[in-house]
Amino acid sequence: MTEPERVERATRASRAFAAVVAPALVALAALPWWGDAGWMRLVGEMAYYVALAQLWNLLAGYAGLVSVGQQAYVGLGGYALFYLTGELNINVYLALALAAPFAGLISIPVSFAVFRLRGAYFAVGTWVVSEVFALSASLIAVLGAGSGLSLTPDILREVAPDHGGRDAILYLMSLSSAVLVVAVVYLLLRSRHGLALTAIRDSEPASASLGVNTFRTKLIIYVLTAACTGLIGAVIFLQKLRISPEAGFSINDWTVVVIFMVVIGGIGTIEGPFIGMLVYIVLRELLADYGTYYLILMGAIAIVVMLKAPLGIWGFIVQRYDLQLFPVGRRLVLTRSPQASE
Amino acid sequence: MAWLNILIQGSLLGGIYALFAVGLSMSFGIMRLVNIAHGDFIVLSAYVALVVTQGTGLDPISSLIVVVPVMFVLGYAIQRGLLNQTLSGGLLPPLLVTFGISVIIQNGLLQGFGAYTQRLHEGAIETASVQIPGGISIGVYPLLVFAVAVVVIGSLQLLFYRTGLGRAFRAVSDDADTAELMGIDNRKLYALALGIAMIFTAVAGVLFAIRTIFDPAAGPIRLIHAFEAVIIGGLGSLWGTLLGGVILGVAQAVGSALSPNWQILAGHIAFLIILVVRPSGLFPRTRDL
Amino acid sequence: MSLLATKNLSAFYGDFQALFVVNVSVEQGETVAIIGANGAGKTTFLRAVAGTLPTAPEMVTFDGEPIGHRTPHDIVRLGIAMVPEGRRLFPSLSVEENLLLGGHSERKGPWSLRRVYELFPRLRDLRHLPAPALSGGQQQMAAIGRALMANPRLLLCDELSLGLAPVVIRDIYQCLGAITAEGTTVVLVEQDINRALDASARFYCFQEGRLALTAPTKNFDRAAITAAYFGL
Repeated sequence: MTEPERVERATRASRAFAAVVAPALVALAALPWWGDAGWMRLVGEMAYYVALAQLWNLLAGYAGLVSVGQQAYVGLGGYALFYLTGELNINVYLALALAAPFAGLISIPVSFAVFRLRGAYFAVGTWVVSEVFALSASLIAVLGAGSGLSLTPDILREVAPDHGGRDAILYLMSLSSAVLVVAVVYLLLRSRHGLALTAIRDSEPASASLGVNTFRTKLIIYVLTAACTGLIGAVIFLQKLRISPEAGFSINDWTVVVIFMVVIGGIGTIEGPFIGMLVYIVLRELLADYGTYYLILMGAIAIVVMLKAPLGIWGFIVQRYDLQLFPVGRRLVLTRSPQASE
Repeated sequence: MAWLNILIQGSLLGGIYALFAVGLSMSFGIMRLVNIAHGDFIVLSAYVALVVTQGTGLDPISSLIVVVPVMFVLGYAIQRGLLNQTLSGGLLPPLLVTFGISVIIQNGLLQGFGAYTQRLHEGAIETASVQIPGGISIGVYPLLVFAVAVVVIGSLQLLFYRTGLGRAFRAVSDDADTAELMGIDNRKLYALALGIAMIFTAVAGVLFAIRTIFDPAAGPIRLIHAFEAVIIGGLGSLWGTLLGGVILGVAQAVGSALSPNWQILAGHIAFLIILVVRPSGLFPRTRDL
Repeated sequence: MSLLATKNLSAFYGDFQALFVVNVSVEQGETVAIIGANGAGKTTFLRAVAGTLPTAPEMVTFDGEPIGHRTPHDIVRLGIAMVPEGRRLFPSLSVEENLLLGGHSERKGPWSLRRVYELFPRLRDLRHLPAPALSGGQQQMAAIGRALMANPRLLLCDELSLGLAPVVIRDIYQCLGAITAEGTTVVLVEQDINRALDASARFYCFQEGRLALTAPTKNFDRAAITAAYFGL
């Protein structure tokens, strides 16, 4: 007996996209062989910004938790890496792996405080928490207090013995952690948890009345995002070789640009952050000689987008052309025409 | 006696925090809008005062004659031109638009004035002090600032509870749709509300800049302190905000007494503790957050 | 020329059409009832008239002037006031402050705080209490008084009897007489058909966003009304 209908996930566009993704990833992974150190640095940066943007988007665009304090976990991940390798002499790869659960664990008590707040008050509350971490780091001697910590040469040698190898490995780390994060976000949104998240995003009271445990879902997302952000933070600062409270917990570096990327690219979509990141990089490179004018311009663009096209560039494209490259939706397909009613 | 000193200094410090908070409180109370750029407007006021004092030779407090109208018009224009359009879109538009404004102000000031720290100079009053029994000396300036905070909050209470305009503000805050059915032009009222909030923001900015060095990036921490004072005191209550400022100031004074580096951190920790233990603040008036 | 006239009024909430080509007219001084089941479009109709729901300009005319696109606060200034469904008094304001707020538009006319207290003496005793402290019936009187303070030429009343006991409803409808005696035109939206028909000269019956029936109320066949009400 054939089913009269089935649920289809993929679209024509997503199938086309999937065919392109694999070779593109291979090409990117091969960059150390066909590109130079400058390219690796830039693409690596694009990769970790995409990761941070996907995570912020998951939190804000799906779980409805608009955080202006994710830089707390970037810094926590970075500091965890430096402390574990520097003070406790733990292998750098192991330290990287530990950075994620460390950040995730810290986010649990943080959530007790900030989940008391809603909306914009939640946003500022997360910001306060980040400030607390930054201030605390500047007061703790073993973390280098105000001046921070540096990676020693032997830690770097653990990554790879030579300079070229190191650049390649650090680049591949950025790339692979970005791919990992995007994969996690994609699979999550594809699963029934993703469906729950989308429901929460659309209407929290309605989804709660349908049995979605909104508090627990949001908490899980918050902790998961914190852990992944911590991992990315560790990867970032491994490449930067130094960490300080100001750099580690910098709202400008890790949150302001990330928010702009997501908002301009298209909040609540997986495709959006990619587009937003490209816009950011292009603007930054174009306006490199003009100081911080590119930030002013991005701020203005974000405002215009919010007022005129709140779904961002990708959202606009979706509305016009109904595209989905990362198939997270579900479509009901009828395989047999319905019986005529009497 | 050392504790009494801490209490007094901390309380007076609370005056400036309460002044920071007034504008934020107004825009949340009336428009349900948390202005992320609020701290940057405080700093912007200080820069406007800087320009006026350097251009005219006026002292900072007298420069308020120019700064206040400028900030009023700016607030009215921004609410009318930009923020009014964000009010019906849910949580994200107001937050992200004010976030964008914040980034624009900070970077605009950076491009215009550079990253150097600045200060406004009022003269002898900055260091004058009076002695009270017990060997404690109280700065005249902090006392002045606290007095201004009390006067500002008292005047706002009068405005809200004794005038027709205040009645309209309270009605719009309760139920904007029905207020429109009464003949109230919400858009103009919101613009007026932000304009008035900016008056107090300007006063706060100038008073703060006389006492503290500032630079283009000084906005966010002011927003945070304003926010902490509002949350500790409880949303919707202006006198509560004054008390919230005082508690914040005292917490900071206690931290500072332990070690100067601990001042700001102590304030944040006190805020987080109160948030966990009594999330609606000490004297909450509004029902929703 | 009618005081209020709607021409082919259609209204939408997003993609959902709530009113289909509704033609209603109300003459100066009349009391007209609008009846219909839940979801028939009665409140939507009032919102379109009051300006809360924007429509094409010429779909609603007041004294011949198109007002479909005007904002609610402009429409109040022109002389239309609403007693909203569910009263919607301002909870942070006292009874008197609510009444004073009704006068925000400062229109001239027979109604003032003193005259409202004459019409509803009980309100004077309660005037400094916060609005939520009043009973349902008292709140309804306050809401009516608040609308009167705008000295409207046209008073829109949305579900005056909602949630009130019959005795209270009777008292409120008795006051309507004093209001219409001043020459105020009244449009009454009601689910309580008998009250509405007793108080009005003409009625319109809505059914699923459409006009199902309109006639003078005097001696009209109730069975026909029931049929139109339920779409039979």
